[in-house]
Amino acid sequence: MLKERSISAGRKRAAWLFLAPMLVVLVVVAAWPLVRTIYFSLTNATLVDMGRYSFVGLSNYLAYDNGRWYGVLTDPQWLASLRNTLIFAVASVSLETILGVLIAVLLDASFPGRGMMRAAMLVPWAIPTVVSAKMWGWMLNDQFGVVNDALMKLGLIAAPVAWLADPTLSLVSVILVDVWKSTPFVALLALAALQMVPKDCYEAARVDGIHPLRVFFQATLPLIGPALAVAVIFRLLDAMRMFDLVYVMTGATDSTMTLSVFARRELVDFQDVGYGSAASTLVFFIIALLTALYVMAVRLDLDGRRR
Amino acid sequence: MRRVLSGAGLAIACIALAVFLLFPLYYAVLTSFKSGSELFRVDYWPTEIDLSSYVRIWQEQPFARNILNSVLVATSVVILSLALALTAAFALGRVRFRGRKFLLYTILGVSMFPQVAVLSGLFEVIRVLGLYNNLGGLILSYMIFTLPFTVWVLTTFMRDLPVEIEEAAIMDGLSPFVIVTRVFMPLMGPAMVATGLLAFIAAWNEFLFALTFTLSNEQRTVPVAIALITGASEYELPWGNIMAASVIVTVPLIALVLAFQRRLVAGLTAGAVKG
Repeated sequence: MLKERSISAGRKRAAWLFLAPMLVVLVVVAAWPLVRTIYFSLTNATLVDMGRYSFVGLSNYLAYDNGRWYGVLTDPQWLASLRNTLIFAVASVSLETILGVLIAVLLDASFPGRGMMRAAMLVPWAIPTVVSAKMWGWMLNDQFGVVNDALMKLGLIAAPVAWLADPTLSLVSVILVDVWKSTPFVALLALAALQMVPKDCYEAARVDGIHPLRVFFQATLPLIGPALAVAVIFRLLDAMRMFDLVYVMTGATDSTMTLSVFARRELVDFQDVGYGSAASTLVFFIIALLTALYVMAVRLDLDGRRR
Repeated sequence: MRRVLSGAGLAIACIALAVFLLFPLYYAVLTSFKSGSELFRVDYWPTEIDLSSYVRIWQEQPFARNILNSVLVATSVVILSLALALTAAFALGRVRFRGRKFLLYTILGVSMFPQVAVLSGLFEVIRVLGLYNNLGGLILSYMIFTLPFTVWVLTTFMRDLPVEIEEAAIMDGLSPFVIVTRVFMPLMGPAMVATGLLAFIAAWNEFLFALTFTLSNEQRTVPVAIALITGASEYELPWGNIMAASVIVTVPLIALVLAFQRRLVAGLTAGAVKG
């Protein structure tokens, strides 16, 4: 008995020893930098000399001076980037979820070549985002791009379209490329969930003569719901912090700039650590808030269904 | 009749999907084999095999150095995060202590971090440590996204191993360190391959930190080098070179992913389906 207790105490001590290196690294790269970023957002520090600054309170966020409002929260470019990010996140994640589930249902059926299809799905996911952005940038080129050429040959458009220069179309283009790149991820998760649905459930429905669509909406979808909810939150978090695809495809233009692109531009290109940190901090809190809301909404939904 | 029709529908849907998924890579390969004015004529089938883009890419920038940097960074990230995560996973998965749940959820929270939220703070840390424009700075900063998921996946995996495995070792009076390295590590092989590969891919593809924390051509990793390939002017991007570089860095990655596809998909879905 005594020996057992001493073993367990020894194990607890060892456990903390084993955790320490990982925790130290996480503090150095995550916790402390987050605290410092929030702290910098209350100062007028610059990138040239991050050690010399003075406190400016919340004025990087919002300030009123001489009859005008200042700060990130009133910056028209920041507001545009907030709008772009929200449109991008909602549109791309909805499309990816719907298409992902459709593809998963398609691949859940057994047919020759299914393994090859599944391998093909991994290709867009494996290609580095920067490379995807360049490949699609070239394909969507307004003068020499293959997309315009193909659409014109098919007679779908009469003249070349400026996919990346037109303010509305450029956001649509970025969304489409993200859909191309990330739908396979959702599809793979949905497929894994689908394969855990017991097959006799479909058998029973078939014997009872229930329409397949009804089976899908009333049995399959609720069963894969929890796994799908996890896939959606992963995608949503990724979309809200989108940086590389937009930065490489369209640069820092107002029509596609995201919250992350805006924050990095203020911080690195304009060297304004205070203002940039305020923008970064806002990204953090917006995402934290959305995550909390989402988790609450999903849980409420699940509870409602159970009752 | 109906079965034949639905079979045909399925086949058409699959072919359309495959074309959509694979065409961009195919077109990149096609472009990379062209040069000069040929580049600006749209072709759907290979018309020539001109390797001059593949020659030029090494001459016009330190591309070999960039590849070496990416390999060094990604490999170090994998080794470091697996070592840190394996020991941590033993503590979190096999030992009951107060604060365990809280720690697990905090680590999960870190994986939801937007990278940009720590950018200025991390910039300061990297400068203070003298790691600016240094591969070490990238290796350290990449821990923010590789550690959370390696710890999380390895912890779930280790928790599910039966108790009996350890009992004999404890009875023999082996120390926890020996238990981890001699008893658990061999059993964790498959999970470590999957998480290690995911960490490798994430580090290989990372762009924001690599762009921000390096300055000179010689310290850049592949994604930054490709993003910053420029021509004589903004409107004269050397598309042949860009596509050749893209193909060179993408093909090995795809080969790796396809070779390990079963384990990778298992690793990807482990958290989601169980969680």
